[in-house]
Amino acid sequence: MVEATSLWEVFIRPRNGLSHKHVGSLHAADEVLALQAARDVYTRRGEGVSIWVVPSAAITASDPDQADENFDPTAEKIYRHPTFYDIPDDVGHM
Amino acid sequence: MALFDAVLELADDHLILGHRVSEWCGHAPMLEEDLAMPNMALDMIGTARTLYEHAARLEGKGRSEDDLAYLRVEREYRNLLLCERPNGDFAQTMLRQLYFAAFMEPYWKAALESSDEVIRGVAGKAVKEMAYHIRHAGEWVIRLGDGTSESAAKMQAAVQELHRYTDELFEESPASAEAVEKGILPARADMRGEWQRVIDMVFREALLEQPEIGFPQTGGRGGLHGECLGHLLAEMQYLQRAYPGAQW
Repeated sequence: MVEATSLWEVFIRPRNGLSHKHVGSLHAADEVLALQAARDVYTRRGEGVSIWVVPSAAITASDPDQADENFDPTAEKIYRHPTFYDIPDDVGHM
Repeated sequence: MALFDAVLELADDHLILGHRVSEWCGHAPMLEEDLAMPNMALDMIGTARTLYEHAARLEGKGRSEDDLAYLRVEREYRNLLLCERPNGDFAQTMLRQLYFAAFMEPYWKAALESSDEVIRGVAGKAVKEMAYHIRHAGEWVIRLGDGTSESAAKMQAAVQELHRYTDELFEESPASAEAVEKGILPARADMRGEWQRVIDMVFREALLEQPEIGFPQTGGRGGLHGECLGHLLAEMQYLQRAYPGAQW
């Protein structure tokens, strides 16, 4: 049966005000059954108030082989972190 | 004791069907359904527990919910025949669930007006669970009925097999009739319209036909069951019979 069904990625919003977070994947024949399966598989312990399902095929992912060139160059740009800057005392509590 | 019997009927429906659905645990056609079906089974067994506890209190003879659930003999069970029907294939299990939930959802909705506080409490929780069971089972019935030629044949065969048990849903026993009169339980016949509306809607999309039933099967409320209930009870009661009072 699994062969006849496609893969879906599941995103759950744990509480109102928070954003949907990826929690896992599942097999389902279409979007309606995918939502139901997500409810049954991933919200068994009150994990959320809203579910998104997205066809896994619709996700374009970065290539792990390019991780070095993608992410390493930011390591030395420490001035992008707020902690890089001295806050003048006059600004007070931020 | 009429109220005790009437509550027991409802409890038996939920325990027996809950046990049936739980038989799929570990055997479902896919992992997703292997979680979905025990979820549904637990909904129904949870409802049964509260109802047995309530029945035991109404009886006032010191019996516990376990005594009622596990230590009666076959003829003392009052469940609908539909609830005890074997799982068959996945199509049969989903159709049985749709038939039951499409009845119980409007039933519990009406029971929100019950004069009995426990019944109102059970209804408040169960009405949401049954709405989900309708959706889950209904979507599968549609996809199998309007699926491949093999799935459509199996779905129509499930209808042929199970439709004859649906009339019993609307039958009142002497005990439940008394509970209806006292405003404790809703009248079962009142659910016919809403049940038919949901079944028609699903069947239309599923390209399924409802057969003419010449001889509806009934008798569960009087303790007249099919052979299959004995086998179910043998498995379900085994632990309490072999180890009386076992706790875990």
